[in-house]
Amino acid sequence: MATGTRPPRTARTRLAVAGARAATVGSLTAPAAGRRVREFLFPAVLFLGLSVALTGLAALIIWAVVQGGERVNLGLVTNGPSAINPEQAGYRTAILGSLWVIGGVIVLIVPLGTGAAIYLEEFADRTRWYHRLFELNIQNLAGVPSIVFGILGLAFIVRGPLQLGFVAAAGSITVALLVLPTVIIAALEAIRAVPSSVRQGAMALGATKWQTVWHQVLPAARSGILTGVILAVARAIGEAAPLLLVGAVTFTMADPSFFEGSYTTLPVQIYDWARRPQEELRTLAAAGILVMLALVLAMNSVAVWLRNRYEQKW
Amino acid sequence: MITPRRIAAASAGAGSPRRPLAASRPRYGERVIRALLALCAGLSVVVTTGIVLSLLVGTVDFFRVVPVTDFLFGTRWAPSFSDASFGVLPLVAGTANIVLWSMLVAVPVGLSSAIYLSEYAPARLRKVVKPMLEVLEGIPTVAIGLFALLFLRPLLEELLPFLPWRTPHSVGVAGVAVGLMIVPLVASVADDAMRAVPRSLREGAYALGAGKLTVSTRVVFPAAISGIVAAFVLAVSRAIGETMVVLLAAGASPNLTFLPTESVQTMTAFIGQTATGEIATGTIDYYTIFAVGALLFVLTLMMNMLAIRLVRRFREVYE
Repeated sequence: MATGTRPPRTARTRLAVAGARAATVGSLTAPAAGRRVREFLFPAVLFLGLSVALTGLAALIIWAVVQGGERVNLGLVTNGPSAINPEQAGYRTAILGSLWVIGGVIVLIVPLGTGAAIYLEEFADRTRWYHRLFELNIQNLAGVPSIVFGILGLAFIVRGPLQLGFVAAAGSITVALLVLPTVIIAALEAIRAVPSSVRQGAMALGATKWQTVWHQVLPAARSGILTGVILAVARAIGEAAPLLLVGAVTFTMADPSFFEGSYTTLPVQIYDWARRPQEELRTLAAAGILVMLALVLAMNSVAVWLRNRYEQKW
Repeated sequence: MITPRRIAAASAGAGSPRRPLAASRPRYGERVIRALLALCAGLSVVVTTGIVLSLLVGTVDFFRVVPVTDFLFGTRWAPSFSDASFGVLPLVAGTANIVLWSMLVAVPVGLSSAIYLSEYAPARLRKVVKPMLEVLEGIPTVAIGLFALLFLRPLLEELLPFLPWRTPHSVGVAGVAVGLMIVPLVASVADDAMRAVPRSLREGAYALGAGKLTVSTRVVFPAAISGIVAAFVLAVSRAIGETMVVLLAAGASPNLTFLPTESVQTMTAFIGQTATGEIATGTIDYYTIFAVGALLFVLTLMMNMLAIRLVRRFREVYE
């Protein structure tokens, strides 16, 4: 700062400076006791709320470890279900069923979700009314209760037009439709975050629209799309309600396959054990919860980490 | 509109002979790809139409047998009894009950967590807690249901022995569990809304001598109100649609009651209960699923539309 241009300190400026200082000091000195107490209590109460939330959710995890921890061994994964001999029973058929369902979900949601997002973000005419309709529709679908998707699966996939019957494929398609909005919304945001200079650069070098999307935009949006897919799959693993309607039976001895035969999944099997009164079966259910929680929480952690790591790179 | 021909003409007019800038040949592959992508995007509309159609057809069949007024205003739900009665009010009351108890937990806990995280938490704590909440948001609902049934229920009975605990199922416990489940959702949506409030508003208030308490409650909270309300509306919608927790912890007896210790049946629990296994088409049981499902769909749709509206409002103001 140039000191040479400073105005001379007259009585008036000195007065003004003193007044301003007094005002500042006044607002910085300790406030009245009542206000001080409130200023202290308010964040304390807020912190209490946050602690309640975290304690409640931590209690769930600790409870699952305490209740089901003793049953966690290799047999829990490799043995089939048995209501007569619950000490030896495991989740073999349920885990295989879950794998079939989840495999189908991944195969369906990755191309469908990414494709829809690419179309809406890169190709669709933003000014048209149907563009708004598409987005509104996807946002609404994301909030439809999962059991309603079960009704859709029952009416259209198990029976009706697709006629698949009560098989793992039907469960897979139903769950895929359920989690598809999550993937689309995540992919939309990831593609939107790619700066337009990347697109313009590619176009200026003579790339076609699709070449631009395939070689430039998609690689740049990859981690965002992956985050959405992981979150969707984690949700699909834990989803039980719609599967009750599309034929995931609660007890099956045979290893399932995709297009024929009865199937069950991990959460549906857990639900079945949990409903029964025997103590051993409830322990078994808690052990199943432990397996599922480990899977789902690990996947969610990876997704959140990925997102925070690659956020705002541009 | 600049056509390829005009670009060619312009470059020709510039004096030097140049290749036209437009594509030298038609790109059929591009068109096929574009059409395939449009199909992917169109699928979501097909799904919505499918949901509406399947619910509508089943519901119309249901109302051929049961009068609409009996369904909407009847107070006895007994679809599989010999003197069957299809009054849906007990189911709606069950759902309302769950929503009430869950909001009693989720609103204060979620909101205070959000204000703390957005206004008070040191950056390092926030960096740990926020992702933690996001991870916990994905806990499978079966796990929460089992936790409610086997842990929360006995715990609450011990803490509040004066309440009339008669059945192993209780709507209060189920509601509290659903509330716990949606706390992360409320906290993260409300936190996002409050963080979207520009810094200048806060700094202006501080400059006028306001304390942190005043800034949080009188400046940030009102500025973020539409986002916060959206968080609550989304939470209500989640609570209405929640199935597994309710199925496990609230039981299966359609009761018109507001006692927290009673067992009730919600709309979702009825559907989940009835549709288990292979259910015969054409029976009245089959159609009740669709009628109850349609009611559920309409209720949650209204909630979601409201939430989308509110969220858009706070986005428009500050971006």
